[in-house]
Amino acid sequence: MSYISKPKVTHPGLPRNELGMTIREYEGGMSTLCAGCGHDSVTRALVQAAFELSIPPHRMAKLSGIGCSSKTPAYFLRQSHGFNSVHGRMPSVATGANAANRDLFFVGVSGDGDSLSIGLGQFAHAVRRNLNMLYVIENNGVYGLTKGQFSASADIGSTAKKGEENLQPPMDPCQLVISLGGSFVARSFSGDKEQLVPLLKAGLMHDGFAVVDVISPCVTFNDHEGSTKSYQYTRDHYHPAIFADYIPPSEEIRAQYDEGDAMPVTLHDGSQIVLRKADPDYDPGDVASAIEYLQRHRDAGEIVTGLLYIDEQKPEMHALNKSVAEPMSSLPFQRLCPGSGALKSLQDRFR
Amino acid sequence: MKPTDTSNPDYFHKVVDCQWACPAHTDVPGYIRLIAQGRFSDAYMLNRKSNVFPAILGRVCDRPCEPACRRGRVEEKPVAICRLKRVAADNRGDITDRLPKIPATKNGKKVALVGAGCASLAVANDLMPLGYECVMFEALDRPGGLMWTNIPAFRLPPEVLQEEIDMILNMGVDLRLNTPIESMQALLAEDYDAVFVGTGAPKGKNLEIPGRYDDEAHVHIGIEWLESVAFGHIDKIGDRVLIIGVGNTAMDCCRTSLRLGAKDVKVMARKPRGFFKASDWELEDAEEENVEIVINHSPKEFVIEDGKLVGMNFDLMEYDIDDNGRITDTRSVGEEFFPCDDVVLAIGQDNAFPWIERDIGMEFDKWDVPVVDRRTHESTLKGVFFGGDAAFGPENIIWAVEHAHQSAISIHKHCHGEDVADRLPDGMSLATVKMGIHEWSYSNDYEGAERMIVPHVSLAERFKQLNIEVELGFDAEQAATEVERCLNCDIQTVFAAKLCIECDACVDICPVDCLTITANGSEEELRGRLQAPATNLEQDLYVSGELPQTQRVMVKDEDLCVHCGLCAERCPTGAWDMQEFSLFHPHLKDELSPDAPGKFRKYGT
Ligand SMILES: Cc1cc2nc3c(=O)[nH]c(=O)nc-3n(C[C@H](O)[C@H](O)[C@H](O)COP(=O)(O)OP(=O)(O)OC[C@H]3O[C@@H](n4cnc5c(N)ncnc54)[C@H](O)[C@@H]3O)c2cc1C
Ligand SMILES: Cc1ncc(C[n+]2csc(CCOP(=O)(O)OP(=O)(O)O)c2C)c(N)n1
Ligand code: SF4
Ligand code: SF4
Ligand code: SF4
Ligand SMILES: [Mg+2]
Repeated sequence: MSYISKPKVTHPGLPRNELGMTIREYEGGMSTLCAGCGHDSVTRALVQAAFELSIPPHRMAKLSGIGCSSKTPAYFLRQSHGFNSVHGRMPSVATGANAANRDLFFVGVSGDGDSLSIGLGQFAHAVRRNLNMLYVIENNGVYGLTKGQFSASADIGSTAKKGEENLQPPMDPCQLVISLGGSFVARSFSGDKEQLVPLLKAGLMHDGFAVVDVISPCVTFNDHEGSTKSYQYTRDHYHPAIFADYIPPSEEIRAQYDEGDAMPVTLHDGSQIVLRKADPDYDPGDVASAIEYLQRHRDAGEIVTGLLYIDEQKPEMHALNKSVAEPMSSLPFQRLCPGSGALKSLQDRFR
Repeated sequence: MKPTDTSNPDYFHKVVDCQWACPAHTDVPGYIRLIAQGRFSDAYMLNRKSNVFPAILGRVCDRPCEPACRRGRVEEKPVAICRLKRVAADNRGDITDRLPKIPATKNGKKVALVGAGCASLAVANDLMPLGYECVMFEALDRPGGLMWTNIPAFRLPPEVLQEEIDMILNMGVDLRLNTPIESMQALLAEDYDAVFVGTGAPKGKNLEIPGRYDDEAHVHIGIEWLESVAFGHIDKIGDRVLIIGVGNTAMDCCRTSLRLGAKDVKVMARKPRGFFKASDWELEDAEEENVEIVINHSPKEFVIEDGKLVGMNFDLMEYDIDDNGRITDTRSVGEEFFPCDDVVLAIGQDNAFPWIERDIGMEFDKWDVPVVDRRTHESTLKGVFFGGDAAFGPENIIWAVEHAHQSAISIHKHCHGEDVADRLPDGMSLATVKMGIHEWSYSNDYEGAERMIVPHVSLAERFKQLNIEVELGFDAEQAATEVERCLNCDIQTVFAAKLCIECDACVDICPVDCLTITANGSEEELRGRLQAPATNLEQDLYVSGELPQTQRVMVKDEDLCVHCGLCAERCPTGAWDMQEFSLFHPHLKDELSPDAPGKFRKYGT
């Protein structure tokens, strides 16, 4: 932990976004995580994504559970709303918040322990609900905060820092989410911001539950030889399948793409994601083929990254529930709570 | 790019912008930290080692360090380096017992020093501790050269000057006042082992235009006039004074005129602002005293009526200036008359050596000044050395001091039959300043305060006497804040590529975006695609060897690093470390000890 905060000085040539803000205005408090923790890089990537999208900080809500990963919302967008919930229960709190104010950008930051162990049930149902939010799993194969126990994403045969081997099969959040009917599934690496930042931007703009599984090494408890979530191992087994370029609505697609390889997906606000396939036989719009591809490469020991699955047509929570278009938090009290008379007449309909 | 060769002392030295810019390579951040700790005597001694005259220079140094200071790039104004030097000098304790010891037994070598200006004095300062017998000849009746004849007492109080001169004279220098050397040939015939010429650039430039000699009593040559004022021969001037020229001498002339009773003083500049030779701070001080600076007026003639000077005519100039700020065309668009009672010419100085015979084997160049070697300071006549303004024309005190250090080395080598060109190169040492996980032995937090302003004596007070020092110096609180503005540029970011795991922590935390991990490329191309473009070509890129995991490179743009140490704090492997750089810039005493570079140590570390 640093004793000083990041100096307020900046590079004089620092660019400004559409709101006239510099990236520094999207930062948060000083991180108290271990030096070199992958989570800090994901934090930085989120800062960059929000800055580049010119999101007004007060229009964003950050939510998390418990874990080192879950501490990170304190380190970005200091002017945003935030809620640090109970271990594994962030999806419920996020659901409530989103139900109340659908106009905010929601970002959840969770860990492999928070989402795949204690919070798996909550997580699975948020996927099914297609809650409109960006849900980042900072995946390091361990419970970092409690000193490095194996999590549900640890691979069979990988070892803890002191040599103990993991014998239980791992869970792949990406395969899981695709099979649960998720609408946006991506994987990336904290050490590859070129890939990560566009994915986070696409996830923020996606209309529905956008899961980004980020391999984010725990430098203190899981960055050793026997680890399969270390910086070195991730780089050695990195397999980018699809590159995603995020193109805001105001811009035209200018880059030249090879026909067949490029696949533009238009988002609800008119922005586009152009998917460039590294592998021509991969189809990120097809559930069966995506799951098959992920399993095949996982068996081969590869870490497949990129925007792995997307379906922009699936209705998100508010569409599913036909809720009002304006945020409930802005409705006049009378409309939100029509009184006992209205309740009675509703109940009468079921008699 | 090839990996940066940081074993060359110049690399990290350049990062310490102030120290690199200082002709004597004073360890600026080192002494600023000592001041911060209240160790004023230590700070004074660290200064004295390089620049010999800290109290004098803390007031009147030309301060090439300040325009170079990194702080001036990070925000608007540089650290008040010069004024902090004064803080060290004003607050120091008795340092008598820390001055070099003078051996009782002499080494049998005798050196003649011609002139008793700062150059000769600094040579004596280096030679005396080695047992040399130094005989210093001075034409005037006081030592100090231009420091006392020309630099006005309201900028440099005589007691301050005298004290630092005495530190050297008290080493046992054989000073012979009122003894102008009139023949080099005769001097060489005496039993000196070497001769050092520190006679300055004594000739003030003249302005040969009509009327120049028609009322000589009211047309003065700046440096001669200031000298007469210093001697008390001149103690008044007319009401309306025109100063011709806009260099530092002009600033001293206009301010001195005000103190001699002038009511209306105008400094007449041929060119527009931006082309002025005077330092910004000297201009500011003059303008604070309501001196008017008139631009674009080129002197045409003195106007004399009945044998008396009544004013001057000027050509009104117009200039075409290109995008690079260079003048491409000049023309006169009219004429203007300015009435005045006196004129002071402050348009420069020349070297003159009427006392050196041209047939004694010393080569003179086409401007009739001796050919002098830039490094050894030796003339073409073996054993005769030049330093200060006498060497390469008028410069300043700090250059004279550095010339003196280098000349002393040469004189010693010459006296001992060694090759004067065979000298120790610069060296350096680096030592980590890590104290704990996130603790450093320097104050790495960023002080956001703007440059402190030195308080001045009020306008009402300061003109009452000629010798009232205008600047009061920083008070304790100002000094305490100003020292923290220093960015500790000598605390270097040192990178060990083999330790880096490419976690990006350093890149992410850097407040000024100076770090990038990227594929290698040519310098030009790399500069364009860093985290923030590296547009200041005077500042180097620090490029690592290949990183172990991806074979990319770490690139640091040295330009704006604030030496906050956060990169090293956030680095999990210690690939970045903060290390204190100490420059080894050899002086004469270092040449004597065979293991000098290893022995080198800073005060305070
Ligand atoms: C008006 C003015 C203001 C200045 N202000 C500053 C300032 O603020 N800061 C700064 O850094 N620099 C300043 N300078 C420049 C600075 O004073 C000189 O660069 C510096 O003094 C040079 O030192 P020196 O030892 O080479 O020569 P000098 O200081 O000129 O000393 C030479 C000495 O040699 C003596 N001498 C000459 N010929 C003989 C001879 N034949 N025999 C015996 N003795 C002889 C002279 O009498 C003189 O005492 C200023 C200069 C001027 C003119
Ligand atoms: C209800 C509850 N059970 C257990 C814990 C203890 N606990 C704190 S953090 C954590 C695991 C966090 O792991 P992960 O989500 O992967 O975060 P990381 O620290 O690895 O980023 C556990 C089990 C808790 N805080 N609350
Ligand atoms: S314990 Fe691991 S996950 Fe937690 S802050 Fe340290 S490196 Fe990051
Ligand atoms: S010390 Fe490191 S983090 Fe601080 S400004 Fe310099 S490079 Fe950046
Ligand atoms: S913090 Fe250290 S290990 Fe990480 S990228 Fe920077 S130098 Fe390399
Ligand atoms: Mg974890």
